[in-house]
Amino acid sequence: MLKISNLQAGIEGKEILKGIDLEVKPGEVHAIMGPNGSGKSTLSSVIAGREDYEVNGGNIDFEGEDLLDLGPDERAHKGIFLSFQYPVEIPGVTVTNFIKTAINESRKAKGEEAMPANEMLKKMREKMSLLEIDNAFLSRSLNEGFSGGEKKRNEIFQMAMLEPKLAILDETDSGLDIDALRIVANGVNKLKSKNNAVIVITHYQRLLDYIVPDFVHVLYKGRIVKSGDKTLAHELEAKGYDWIKEERVEG
Amino acid sequence: MEALKDKLESSFLVFENELNGQALGEVHNRRKEAFERFVESGFPTKRHEEWKYTNLKPILKHDYRVFLSDDNTVDFSAIKKFFLSDTDTYKLVFIDGYYSSWLSETTHEKFDICTFSSMLTKYRDVAEKYFNKALPKEEALASVNTAFAKEGAFIRIKRNQTADKPVELIFITTDHGVETMSQPRNLVVVEENAEVSILERHQSLSSKPVLTNVATEIFALRDSRLNYYKIQNDVHTASLIDSTSVKQYANSSVTVGTFALGNKFVRNNLNFFLEEEYTQSYLDGITIIDEGQTVDHHTLVDHKVPNCYSDELYKGIYDANAHGVFNGKVMVHPHAQKTNAFQQNNNILLTDKASIDTKPQLEIYADDVKCSHGCTIGQLDDEALFYMQSRGIPEKEAKALLLYAFANDSLRNVKIPALRKKLNRQIANKLNVNLDFEL
Repeated sequence: MLKISNLQAGIEGKEILKGIDLEVKPGEVHAIMGPNGSGKSTLSSVIAGREDYEVNGGNIDFEGEDLLDLGPDERAHKGIFLSFQYPVEIPGVTVTNFIKTAINESRKAKGEEAMPANEMLKKMREKMSLLEIDNAFLSRSLNEGFSGGEKKRNEIFQMAMLEPKLAILDETDSGLDIDALRIVANGVNKLKSKNNAVIVITHYQRLLDYIVPDFVHVLYKGRIVKSGDKTLAHELEAKGYDWIKEERVEG
Repeated sequence: MEALKDKLESSFLVFENELNGQALGEVHNRRKEAFERFVESGFPTKRHEEWKYTNLKPILKHDYRVFLSDDNTVDFSAIKKFFLSDTDTYKLVFIDGYYSSWLSETTHEKFDICTFSSMLTKYRDVAEKYFNKALPKEEALASVNTAFAKEGAFIRIKRNQTADKPVELIFITTDHGVETMSQPRNLVVVEENAEVSILERHQSLSSKPVLTNVATEIFALRDSRLNYYKIQNDVHTASLIDSTSVKQYANSSVTVGTFALGNKFVRNNLNFFLEEEYTQSYLDGITIIDEGQTVDHHTLVDHKVPNCYSDELYKGIYDANAHGVFNGKVMVHPHAQKTNAFQQNNNILLTDKASIDTKPQLEIYADDVKCSHGCTIGQLDDEALFYMQSRGIPEKEAKALLLYAFANDSLRNVKIPALRKKLNRQIANKLNVNLDFEL
């Protein structure tokens, strides 16, 4: 589904990713962990198509297509979804209208008709109950005045509505209390299928108790320095990142 | 500019001659006074404080024909699009300054919705009581209009009456093969505890430059409610100078919404004079302009008495080399205690060549008041754009949605659903998108 080869990218002339290789297949959950400044958010931004980042080498193949040729909206149409670490507040645009526009623009890009209003409403209701979201939420301005937890829940709500093939959850656990974390994780798990995939980007292992990864990768100084299964996450939790750093130095 | 002044001076003599018997009496005295003030002052230049940011010269340089013939006719089908659709309204339609009874729908039953000229002959007392009693004497363009005041709309909603449908005022200028100028004059009196909504627009069908110098006086008597909306979305060869003055009396509530999307040039002089206590005033504006367009909003809210509330919200979006001006003056006199006065002006510049001069001007001479003002000039938020794009909304639509959301709250007081819809559509057109925009 996703194949990243030797990806090198940076911002404002500063090199951050120094050759990333990563392959994600349908049905898989990958976790990318690493200390602050290791390049986790850069990786998610580059996959989603944030223009501030320059790609200096390598490529990202998504279902046989070179993602780097596409704009962020086109990537979304292909089925890529990025849950933001800091979702943006957009005053004056309600949650409903935002989601409606996003869904229908995607459908338009695929040559499909707009989703009928009643179908849209039904789907919204269904996904809202999955994420334990109140009805009043829909008519509020997007993320405006939302608590940290509400913002993250809104991200997953959008994900549920858009049904992406590949979802990237960037630090979705930050700012969540344990109850909200469980609701969000539960939502993600219910949306999982053998046809879609999830990349969880996180500093802590906490979220991975709920969204259990098939693979764990450790990102350090712009490279994936270690890959393993979920036990690697526990190891990191227990020992911190220092031993990775030391291992790198020794290696 | 001087040429036009000379022309107006000689035209005034012609105008007086043609008035015949009507060139006597109090109303005409006021015309003459106004005319003399104009002769004295001339047109304002950039040296005038109130015209610092806007140059009238390019607008006034044309050799406008001042008196138009009534030879041209207009079919309803040609102007249908200027009216509200699917909504029953009273209509006052003027073609080249002449009232078109054919296209209009008036009434004299529970209230008067008719012409300014018939008010002058039928209701002499009304004319004497209200004519030129709200417009400030020092505004030269309003004085020119007063000097030539003859035709336009007269709306009087009598005590305790609510107009059963909105009133549309439509002023059409047709093609005469030359540059033309028109000067409609409107008078609105909303009597005690009466209510009405009015929509005004000026449209040019001419291929030549057109200048409209309109003046409107509004009297909102005790406990009355008035919504007055202006759609300024004319062709790019048309210029509009609008002088509107509102006098508010106790407990009255007045909204004036000014939606400037078109024209080559627009100048709005909007004055609110709060004569008695416990009034509410809402001044809302949206400006969305691009290549070669200028829109200048000058507003004044004059808090002369205590306990009044005013709230002003103007939003502007400027593309290409468009130029905007917002000058919002709020005057709180020494004894106007417990005044609540709010003003907000937010602007987005879409290019490096677009510009906005914004000047909030609060003069507060009372100490127990709540007043605030704010103005911002910014660009579109890149982070918000990326966020929307990453959810599949293409850049153009994302920009439009953000801009629409930005401007949208200035439609807060648009109470006529058909008008809201029309404005939504016009804004969407102006932003060049086709989205389901009912937010």
